[in-house]
Amino acid sequence: MSKPIKQIHLAAHFPGVNNTTVWSDPAAGSHIEFSSFAQFAQTAERGKFDFLFLAEGLRLREQNGQIYDLDVVGRPDTFTVLAALAAVTERLGLTGTINSTFNEPYEVARQFASLDHLSGGRAAWNVVTSWDAFTGENFRRGGFLAEDQRYERAQTFLQTAQELFDSWRGDEIVADKDSGVFLSTPHAGAFAHRDPHFDIHGRFNVPRSPQGRPVIFQAGDSDQGRDFAARQADAIFSRHSTLDAGQAFYEDVKGRLARYGRRRGELLILPAATFVIGDTDAEADQLAHEVRLAQVSPQTAIKFLEQLWNRDLSDHDPDGPLPTVDPVVGENTISRGRASVRMFKDSIAIANEWRAKAEKEKLTSRELIVEVTGRQSFVGSAETIAATINDLVQADASDGFILVPHITPAGLDPFVDRVVPLLQERGVFRTDYTGTTLRDHLGLAPLPAPRRNANAGSATGVAS
Amino acid sequence: MANSSKHLHLAVALDGAGWHPAAWREADARPVELFNAGYWADLVAEAELGLVDFVTIEDSLGLQSDDPFEPDDRVDQVRGRLDAVLIAARIAPRTRGIGFVPTATVTQTEPFHVSKSIATLDYVSTGRAGVRVQISARHDVADHFGRRPLPRLSAGAIDDPAVRQQVAEYFAEATDYVEVLRRLWDSWEDDAEIRDVATGRFIDRDRLHYSEFEGHWFSVKGPSITPRPPQGQPIVAALGHGGASYRLIASSADVGFVTPHDATQAADIVAEIDALQQQVGRREDAVHIFGDLVVFLDDEPKAAQARRRRLDDLAGAEYHSDARIFVGTPGELADLLQEWHAAGLSGFRLRPAALPHDLTQIAEGLVPELRRRGIFRTGYEASTLRGLLGLPRPANRYATA
Repeated sequence: MSKPIKQIHLAAHFPGVNNTTVWSDPAAGSHIEFSSFAQFAQTAERGKFDFLFLAEGLRLREQNGQIYDLDVVGRPDTFTVLAALAAVTERLGLTGTINSTFNEPYEVARQFASLDHLSGGRAAWNVVTSWDAFTGENFRRGGFLAEDQRYERAQTFLQTAQELFDSWRGDEIVADKDSGVFLSTPHAGAFAHRDPHFDIHGRFNVPRSPQGRPVIFQAGDSDQGRDFAARQADAIFSRHSTLDAGQAFYEDVKGRLARYGRRRGELLILPAATFVIGDTDAEADQLAHEVRLAQVSPQTAIKFLEQLWNRDLSDHDPDGPLPTVDPVVGENTISRGRASVRMFKDSIAIANEWRAKAEKEKLTSRELIVEVTGRQSFVGSAETIAATINDLVQADASDGFILVPHITPAGLDPFVDRVVPLLQERGVFRTDYTGTTLRDHLGLAPLPAPRRNANAGSATGVAS
Repeated sequence: MANSSKHLHLAVALDGAGWHPAAWREADARPVELFNAGYWADLVAEAELGLVDFVTIEDSLGLQSDDPFEPDDRVDQVRGRLDAVLIAARIAPRTRGIGFVPTATVTQTEPFHVSKSIATLDYVSTGRAGVRVQISARHDVADHFGRRPLPRLSAGAIDDPAVRQQVAEYFAEATDYVEVLRRLWDSWEDDAEIRDVATGRFIDRDRLHYSEFEGHWFSVKGPSITPRPPQGQPIVAALGHGGASYRLIASSADVGFVTPHDATQAADIVAEIDALQQQVGRREDAVHIFGDLVVFLDDEPKAAQARRRRLDDLAGAEYHSDARIFVGTPGELADLLQEWHAAGLSGFRLRPAALPHDLTQIAEGLVPELRRRGIFRTGYEASTLRGLLGLPRPANRYATA
């Protein structure tokens, strides 16, 4: 018996504050005005996408002790812009990245529950963690968290939020005008939670939302992160968009589900992916090269070198060879507020690899950076891209993709206009929404009502 | 200071099914829809039909309670609410003229988060946002956060010096909080985004500024992650009943809501806040003082009185409020508003006793009456909330050019 054909899930990542986003293109619009967000979301909904995705950063990035000025800078508040987008869309899921370090469970839970109510069941939460004192300088709570505690805190934060979401079963609001009974129980929303991170109790003040809780996303890639996702997440925002890496990640994570009593369909793997579409594959290749040059300006190339070399290279010639000095090993003091920098494990070895590549291919510093950073995931004609995406999904390299256009807000249009119809023709992507909630779009079963909470009394015999 | 105009300003205070605890039992009430966007959209549309300056939306970080200091176990009143800023954001894109001033609790929350959420509300409403800052002195709310236990307060102990000191601290923290909100709103100059392809720079970082706030309750570095909002500084409002809360209005607010019970009290409060304003060095800043009133409005005075009695009977107790409770016709209310306006209040925040009834009476009864008297707008004359309130767009404190 052959493997059943999988349906592809597609999402749209609003272009972020990094060099993937090309602001220098004449077509590039505002990253802040609501009209850009509305246009982007409406395009995604026109394409019948599962959801829109917003990233978040709570401190402006710095390099060499100064605010980083070469990429798009600035973004709106995640919850507020998602609630506003619920007004200009009808079905599109609304996924927000919200930090578990610089927030409190009660507040985040009521914001997500509110968003889920106000959008008719379309909210999702990408749970991220950070620990840096740099970001902590913007908050009351500061950077109090040890790095090795971040997953522990994220996990217990999510667990606590879960208990708040489940503190209302969904049947408490009677609102019977004749008898005057509004609530069926005086214990609606009662909760008590105690662990080393959170010691809270009382009553949650948002009744159960349409989805029961937001859909949960997780983005970490470490062993701990994968376990966290296998235990608690509905979807993973991964960065493995190629066949081999995708299949390995997919198998690893899906293989962990059974340990937590979950089935393979209960956790979706959705890598981020960029794309460049041409009339022909050859034209797309040419366009893709132009996009990469726009993403790596001469100034940006120097900044990328500094991030690996961990030293000031402002006098370096971007059109000359790579620096001959070695990177400074140890804590990265040049670049702050940027997750990717923390991934350079052995900077001297990487520098040597880059030098070998540059020498062999006769590349300048900037050309080398163009080659080693930000290569687009999907480059080709619409037909090629549709076939590639479908092949990857059917081969279990992913369950779909979170697409990251490089132009705001119109960068999604060519994908929706040219690739989506081809996927629909192949019968692997919906031609219209069949449900109303994000759980419906993702093929996740509705959540059952929680068992009555131990703090809650009997629902019967309530009178006032 | 702000009351030089012949016209008066109006705001409508939205909360659940209305301010009377039995309002949800009225025939036209929609209690099961309190958690749907459509309910709020309809209310705001009605308020916008009445051309009011703005709506406020109540909020709290705990369940509603009959007791201001303690939770209760009542099941016969509305319990549960949605986040007020998110309600405003959900409704704003579908409106054109009305302002939004949701409530934000300052005692437990992060000024950095609230600053960017209100800035974003200003973006999604294209310049019609504000925030009403509110302290939370309830110990049960503090227990929802577990970071900072608050002492138990009670109405009986309100004159106790230790309690007064505690409450004064909450208001002092609120003052710092608003200072941080304002610094963060100014942390980007208006023209900071330059998109200069020649130098590869998206922003001119010399036009971004660290807030560098260090206080007793929090330190905030900045800059904001959100650029300066359309109004530069969204409107800041606060409700005051005297003492420390008047000081907060005088030092930090653009609009103060107060609760006089007659015109003399109204004049006294305006004078008191004006004097405090001079003390804190804000003589030049326009601060609107709005009188809060709970309103039961019907075409016949007897109908309004009967409705109040009926609601009180359903609730099983006479309704009391911090604000004056007005029961009568839109014309009688117009008389009272004119009298209080003459006493120095520049506007009013009306709390409809029952929704939608009393809101409809405001929009379709009171407003046309005020217009006949030549003291209310005939159309939205400005595209921002500041514009409607006659407040200038403030200069950026960090801009040197």
